[in-house]
Amino acid sequence: MGTFIPNTREEQLKMLNEIGYKDFDDLFKVIPAEAKVKGDLNLPEGLSEIEVDRKVQGLADKNVVFRSIFRGAGAYNHYVPSAVDAIAGKEEFVTAYTPYQAEISQGILQSIFEYQTMIAEITGMDIANASMYDGASAAAEACWMCKDRKHSTIYVSGALDERILTVINTYSFGRGSKVVVIPAKEGVTDKDALKKALADDPEASCFLMQYPNFYGIIEDADELCKITHDAGAKFIMYCHPLALGALRSPGEVGADIAVGEGQPLGLGLEFGGPYLGFLSTRNEYMRQIPGRLIGETVDTRGERGFVLTIQAREQHIRREKASSNICSNEAWCALRAGIYLSTIGPKGYEEVATLCSSKAHYMAAELEKIGMKRCFKGEFWNEFATTCPDADKLLAALEAKGILGGLKLCCGCCDAGCDTDCILWCCTELNTKEDIDEVIAIAKEVF
Amino acid sequence: MIDLKELKYSRDDEWLRYEGDVAYVGITDYAQSELGDLVFVNLPEVDDEVVAGEPFGDVESVKAVADVISPVSGIVLEVNEDLLDDASLINSDPYGSWFIKVGNVSGEVELLTADEYDEYRG
Amino acid sequence: MKLIFEKSIPGRGQDIFPACDVPVAMPEAPLRKAKAHLPEISENEMGRHYTALAKRAHGVNDGFYPLGSCTMKHNPRINEKMAALPGFTKLHPLQPAHTVQGANELIGELEKFLCEITGMAGVTFQPAAGAHGEFTGLLLIKAYHTDRGDTERNEIIVPDAAHGTNPASATMAGYKTIVIKSNENGTVDIDDLKAHLGPKTAGLMLTNPNTVGLFDPNIMEITRLVHEAGGLCYYDGANLNAVIGIVRPADIGFDVIHMNLHKTFSTPHGGGGPGSGPCAYKDFLAPFAPGLVCKDGKEYTRAEKSIGNMTGFYGNFLVMVKAYTYLLTIGKDVHTLAENAVLNANYMQEKLKDIYPIAFDTTCMHEFVIGLDPIYRKTHVSALDVAKALLDYGIHPPTIYFPLIVHEALMIEPTETETKETLDEAITAFREIYDRIFNAPESVQQAPQTTPVLRLDDTKAAREPHLRYDFD
Repeated sequence: MGTFIPNTREEQLKMLNEIGYKDFDDLFKVIPAEAKVKGDLNLPEGLSEIEVDRKVQGLADKNVVFRSIFRGAGAYNHYVPSAVDAIAGKEEFVTAYTPYQAEISQGILQSIFEYQTMIAEITGMDIANASMYDGASAAAEACWMCKDRKHSTIYVSGALDERILTVINTYSFGRGSKVVVIPAKEGVTDKDALKKALADDPEASCFLMQYPNFYGIIEDADELCKITHDAGAKFIMYCHPLALGALRSPGEVGADIAVGEGQPLGLGLEFGGPYLGFLSTRNEYMRQIPGRLIGETVDTRGERGFVLTIQAREQHIRREKASSNICSNEAWCALRAGIYLSTIGPKGYEEVATLCSSKAHYMAAELEKIGMKRCFKGEFWNEFATTCPDADKLLAALEAKGILGGLKLCCGCCDAGCDTDCILWCCTELNTKEDIDEVIAIAKEVF
Repeated sequence: MIDLKELKYSRDDEWLRYEGDVAYVGITDYAQSELGDLVFVNLPEVDDEVVAGEPFGDVESVKAVADVISPVSGIVLEVNEDLLDDASLINSDPYGSWFIKVGNVSGEVELLTADEYDEYRG
Repeated sequence: MKLIFEKSIPGRGQDIFPACDVPVAMPEAPLRKAKAHLPEISENEMGRHYTALAKRAHGVNDGFYPLGSCTMKHNPRINEKMAALPGFTKLHPLQPAHTVQGANELIGELEKFLCEITGMAGVTFQPAAGAHGEFTGLLLIKAYHTDRGDTERNEIIVPDAAHGTNPASATMAGYKTIVIKSNENGTVDIDDLKAHLGPKTAGLMLTNPNTVGLFDPNIMEITRLVHEAGGLCYYDGANLNAVIGIVRPADIGFDVIHMNLHKTFSTPHGGGGPGSGPCAYKDFLAPFAPGLVCKDGKEYTRAEKSIGNMTGFYGNFLVMVKAYTYLLTIGKDVHTLAENAVLNANYMQEKLKDIYPIAFDTTCMHEFVIGLDPIYRKTHVSALDVAKALLDYGIHPPTIYFPLIVHEALMIEPTETETKETLDEAITAFREIYDRIFNAPESVQQAPQTTPVLRLDDTKAAREPHLRYDFD
């Protein structure tokens, strides 16, 4: 019933006749009859806008929206300033395609150029690309950037989020490259194992670590970087972008590539997507970067302008020899990240990092008081793992009060030898002291 | 000054010049003008093997990329690092801008003289 | 105009974050020394900055956008409204399954719709874009052959008119690309196909209608030949809008397809993304599908021989919400999309073909290609010049210099959501430009004149890459 086709049936027929066709069957006679569908597809009758609204709202209502969230593990409940939705919602931004025609796409191009600058700044790297699909696929592409004719083995930390590892493995199944996981010990990469593995492998291309890692621990990035570089391999840091408001940036550590999930930068939880992969690197790897790059130039009058540039890396020119097949990216999400970082500014960037850290440390201390000890000793920022006598029971009790507790971890994560369940907790600036105290109170009731 | 008559030319628009046993390879003026403003070149590494009739690198303009085909077989002795920094040299001085020096030359594609090449591309 | 960094004044900005209500505690780890240069700007100034940027952009809502191969149709507002519902936007991807029943039901319903439209048995929503869907589909093909122990198949056949993503995806999947020629009609050269099929053939990637806007009349024979050689058939669904409701890729012999929700299913493209490139497959490929899926509302499961994951969670969920909303609206009338997309393209083609050379002058599907080469040779006015001249008429130019098999190509895709008046205005603009090519060629070569910037120096941008703002 609904339609977005403007021309009426009568107008359509008139147009058909005007260009020499009797009707639509006549127009479609170029398609062999045996290829055509017989009759209508088995789809429902179309609906009016009100009916559609009601039906989809009904599905949204079947979901539980938690009022208080202590779960992270790759998707983080940060505040999205009002300006982000208001500005990013402008239809010129929403309904544009990739900015192929620079003269009428300066708005899109400049917004991405600004985003590239901001990502380079927060990661402390020279340059960033115009965005990737999400953090995990950005990590996989970063590993591919490091491959050359003589170096192809990818090394990753065992303290890396398994979802990211899975994507790296899937990408590698394609090109047939080996992925080696360096085991984690006490919640961090086993440095000796890394050193040995890299020394034994002349084909080692890179090592990827997560910062903070999956268990929330801030690993010794400087040392891991040194070990990797000493072995002649490239060092990739998968970062939480807001952690870099406090922690040493990948640029300061000496990383070759920084990647990560940009969702905390002004995107909602959104049931997993669309999110935003970011990727930044040093100038010398400019030509290995996958995806779009926006560059500055001048027009015929000498006015500054922006264009898609260094495109000969890309699939539409280099085809089977391209650095990646990526074409569509997440430009609109990058726009949101740019607005987010502009809204909070350098002061807010530090504040939010401090708030996340402080809340997490308060919560960890309070949990410790009721016997839920941290699984690992290492320093942490916004996430930490604790023991729990019965994770299912506690999480159910929290859920009953509208609280999404931490993520129950699979057995074996904790090598402290605990025989209890473990939970990975996460705090953001949105978790108030009251919210945290409420969790503690419920936990006390449960156990 | 390089005497263009001294060079040999391939039908893929590369030129070849010998200094003793060493072969210098570049692309012709016709090739650079067809490609337009060049922005980057990809070159092999020293000690790589090149094979007559097969690509050893490529040149990029803003919106296209073209393989550079080796007119000789042999081993790469040196690559022209200057071109990696500034590909526009190929546009301004195609015959002075050698891409690679090749040693141990063991074969060539069918090559044309300057006059034959002019005829071919004229 | 100024960059946002050039509008920054130290100390400006607004407070978003509250004071800390717990003791301040920072990790005992190395902290950053160099501060990130981020803009310090008031909300008002920032709003104006982005409003100025928005005015320097062109979306479908600003005017006609006949960008070939991109299906720039209207993006219905109801889609946006539904995707903004808190019941979707506030869901953590790792919430317990029983708390996201509605979200998983929506994914399941959308899967059913897309299966009916393509004739396939299952859909994975893991891919975040079309090219990502291609890569996924090729990995399914690879997993299938590998699982059968058929490991000698390392070639993917791709016609020369294909999108660049096809060969690039083949490389990512570890395949060698074998390019086959198009014949004089612009469709697959059957003899060349036959000559390249063999025991090494893993599969064929085909865009249909192809990139010159033609439906391949030999499509059934093509898929039969590939299957006889032991390969699988991949359908690049970038152009599905031309045949939706009329032809089902599975019925004509294809085994796997990706769709672009941001093209055929009306979700907006956001200036480059996010898209969504779900990949639909026949039954025998289901065991290899990527991703965790919740079918019963209780638990997430993975296919037994899954290739893994293409994205971190379940793909671009909010884009799925938009596509689902769209399909609820259109329902069983999806064939009207194809009919009108094809009608509008043929209408424009017919009204321009007396002056502009059409690459393959026959009934086209949803798009057609002008090959400007003969005019260029006479006048030195190029496809780029014509594209730039259209900007001064408020029209987004067609895709240019693609497909590569047509010299000086202009690829025009009007879509079904444009009125006859809009098409007529564009036709008038094209005809005026044609007159100018012969009467005042320099006015076309110097276009545009009314845009915020004039022609930009692409060579300078590439030779002296300047990819970020330099502070001091």
